[in-house]
Amino acid sequence: MALTGLQIYKLLPKTNCKECGVPTCLAFAMKLATKSAELSACPYVTEEAKNELEAASAPPVRLVSIGADGRKIEVGNETVLYRHDKTFYHQPGLVVRVKDTQSADEIKAVADAVCGYCVERVGLSLNVDGVAIENASGDTSAFAKAIEVVGSNANVALVLMSSVPATLDTVMPMVADRRPLLYAADAGNWQAMAEVARKYKSPLAVKVDCGDLSALATLTEDITKAGVTDLMLDPGTRSMVDSLQAMTKIRRLALRKNFRPLGFPMISFPGEGASSPLEEVAAASQHIAKYGGVIVLDHFDPTLIYPLLTLRQNIYTDPQKPIQVKPDVYPIHEPDANSPLLITTNFSLTYFTVAGEVEASGVPAWLLIADSEGLSVLTAWAAGKFDAEKIKKAVQTSGILDKIAHKRLIIPGYVAGMSGEIEEELPGWEIRVGPREAVDLSSYLKSLRS
Amino acid sequence: MPVTVETPTEKWAGKVREITLGATAAEGGTRTSTVTVGGEGTMPFLHFEGETPHRPVVAIEIYDIAPQDWSPILMDYWGDVVNDVVAWAKKAVELGADAIALTLRGAHPEVNDRSPEDSARVVKDVLAAVGVPLIVYGPGAPDKDNEVLVAVAEATAGERLALGLCEQNNYRTIAAACMGSGHIAVARAPIDVNIQKQLNILISDMGLPLDRILMDPTTGALGYGLEYTYSVMERLRLAALQGDAMTQQPMICTAGHEAWRAKESKVGEGVPEAWGDWKERGIAWETVTATSLIEAGADILVMRHPEAVAIVKKTIDQLVAK
Repeated sequence: MALTGLQIYKLLPKTNCKECGVPTCLAFAMKLATKSAELSACPYVTEEAKNELEAASAPPVRLVSIGADGRKIEVGNETVLYRHDKTFYHQPGLVVRVKDTQSADEIKAVADAVCGYCVERVGLSLNVDGVAIENASGDTSAFAKAIEVVGSNANVALVLMSSVPATLDTVMPMVADRRPLLYAADAGNWQAMAEVARKYKSPLAVKVDCGDLSALATLTEDITKAGVTDLMLDPGTRSMVDSLQAMTKIRRLALRKNFRPLGFPMISFPGEGASSPLEEVAAASQHIAKYGGVIVLDHFDPTLIYPLLTLRQNIYTDPQKPIQVKPDVYPIHEPDANSPLLITTNFSLTYFTVAGEVEASGVPAWLLIADSEGLSVLTAWAAGKFDAEKIKKAVQTSGILDKIAHKRLIIPGYVAGMSGEIEEELPGWEIRVGPREAVDLSSYLKSLRS
Repeated sequence: MPVTVETPTEKWAGKVREITLGATAAEGGTRTSTVTVGGEGTMPFLHFEGETPHRPVVAIEIYDIAPQDWSPILMDYWGDVVNDVVAWAKKAVELGADAIALTLRGAHPEVNDRSPEDSARVVKDVLAAVGVPLIVYGPGAPDKDNEVLVAVAEATAGERLALGLCEQNNYRTIAAACMGSGHIAVARAPIDVNIQKQLNILISDMGLPLDRILMDPTTGALGYGLEYTYSVMERLRLAALQGDAMTQQPMICTAGHEAWRAKESKVGEGVPEAWGDWKERGIAWETVTATSLIEAGADILVMRHPEAVAIVKKTIDQLVAK
C-alpha cells in the first residue's frame, strides 16, 4: 500500500540539505508520495529506510510475466476489487491444456488451432494466449515429445505441468528461453521446485488443496525466501463457489491488507469442476470477471473461445474510457456524390457494427461519425450528446458537404423522434429514418437503391 | 514458519429486500408455486461473509404470438409451440422455468394491435395452464403498454404478477395498476445508478410498498455493453449493502432478449469462421451473458433458450452450494 507523504518523511534524514533539489525533506517526501521524484535523488537515505520504502511502493499484486517474445502473458499489478473503482489492468491469459498421453497429431492440432486463432472485435484482434502441457503419463520422454510438438509451433506462451521437479529440470533446456510457467510447487516438492524455477529464471505456480490459504501463504513465504519471487497462486478450489470465494479472499487480502504472501496473480482450471464444455465456459467466465490471472481451459472450440475473449475484452475495458473512434467521414465501397449518407455516434462498438453492416451490404455509402464522447446511440441521445444540434455540427464541420451533391441524411431508427428537430437545424435537408438495429441496414440500403 | 491467514470479511449494514412473486390460493391467487428472491447480505455468493437465503431464478420468456424477429435457432428449438401461448408456457415449465415471462407483443399497434381485454384473456389462459409465477411485459409501445397492463392487472388481481416496464417517463399508470391489484412493478432505468434509485423512490412515493418493486438495470448483452450493466449492478448491490434503502430491490435482467439480439446469435451466414458453430454460439452467448450477470448480483434472469437455461441453473446450483 502506498505510503503518505508524512509516513515517508519519517524515514528521511530530515536535514533539509537541499541536495535532492527540493528545499525541505518534507517537500521531497510529498513529491515521493505523488511519484514525482525518485528516492535515489537523496544521497543520505539509510539502507533500512530504502528497503522499507521500496517494499511499500511494490504493487500489492505482483506483476508476473510468462513467455518471451511473441505472445506474452502479463498479469498482476491490479489495484481494485471492482472495475468501476478504477479499471482492471492486465487481462487474464487464456491457455488451452493438452496432455502428453494424447497423440502427437492431437496435440499438434490443438497447438496449431491456438496459435492460429484470431478474431476481430471493435477494431482489436483477440487471441488465445498459450498452451499448457501436462505430464499426465508420468513419463519424461513422452512429456519432452509433447513439448517438442507444441514448442515447434510459434510463439504461444507455455505452461509446463508436472509435480516432479526432476522431470521439469530435464525438459526445461528445450524451452527455457521461452520462460514457461512451471506448475506447480506444493508442500511436498517446493524446495526442489523452487530450485528448478531459480535455475531457469521461470515463473512458478504454487498449489495447495481446497482453498487452504494459510498453507498457501506459508508456501509462498518459504519459496520467496528461497529466491523465487515470480509466483502464481492456485488455491486448489475447483467448484465455482469455492473458486469465487478463495479468489475473492486472495484479491482482498492483497489489496485491502497489503498481505504480501498472497500478493500474486492466480491460475485456475475451470474445466476441472465442470461436466461439459459449456459448464467450463460458465466457470471460465467467472474467473475472467473475478480475478483470474491464467485460465487453463480443457477445450479448444472457437464457438466457446469467442464468447470468453469477448467477455475478457468487456470486463477489461477501462470504464472511464469507453473505446472510441475518431469523429470523421468514413467512405465505404468508394461512394460518390450521390451515395447515401448515414450518421451515427463514435462509440467504437456502434461504429464497427454499423460500418460492418454497410460493408456487408455492398452498397457504397458515406458514414458520418458524430462526436458523442464515446457513447452509443441511445445513451448519447439520453445524455444530450447526440441531439439535433450535435448532428448539425457534424454535418457542417466534417467536410462531408464537399463530398456529396444531395441533402439526405439517414439517422438511426432509435432516434426517429428527432427528425423534426434535425430538419429545423438543417433547413432544406431531408431526414430519413434508418433501421433501429444495424443488422437490418443491409436490406434497408438495398431498398434505397431499388 | 507457518503463516495464518485471517478471512477478510466485510461488515455490511444493509441487505437486499426479499420479494415474493406469485400468490397461492391461500394468499389470494392461484399459483401452485411461488418464487422468493433477494435477501442477500453479501456481494454475490460470498457465503463466508453473509447470507444468500434465496437462489437466483430463471424465467423463460414467451410471446403471446409467434415471434417475428427471433433468431432461427430459437424458432427451430421451440418449433410449433410458438403458435400457441398456452402450449408454449407449459413446455417452458417442463424445461425448467421457475417463472414465465410473457411478453404481450401481439398488442403492439404495429403487430396485431390486440385489445387490452384480449391481452388480459391471454394472461388468464397462461395462468390457468401453469402453476408458476408470471412476469408480464407490455408490447413495448408506451401508451399501449399502459392500457394493456392496466387491463391485465385488473383481470388478475391478487396473483402477485410482476408487471413491466415502469420507466422514468412512464411509470405512473403501471405502478398504480400494481398498487390496486396487488402486483409487483418492474422498474427499468437506463444503466444508471442514480436514475434507478430515483425511479424506485418515485414509485414507492406513489404508495407501492418496496417489497413490490423489482429493479431492471437494463441489460447489455455480451459484447454489446455487458460491462456497463455488470458494473452498475455491482454498484447497486454495494449501495444496498451499505444501507441505502432505495437501492435494495432485487434485480431482474433480460439476458435472453439481449443476447439473442446480438449478431452473433442472430446470424449464421457471412460471419467470420472464428465465430464457430452458429447454434452453439447463440447458446454460449446467452449463457455467458446470464452467468456474468449472476456474478454481478442478478436475482431473476429472463432467458430464451432452454439449453442455456439448463447450464445457468446448474451454475446457480453450484454458486448457492455452501
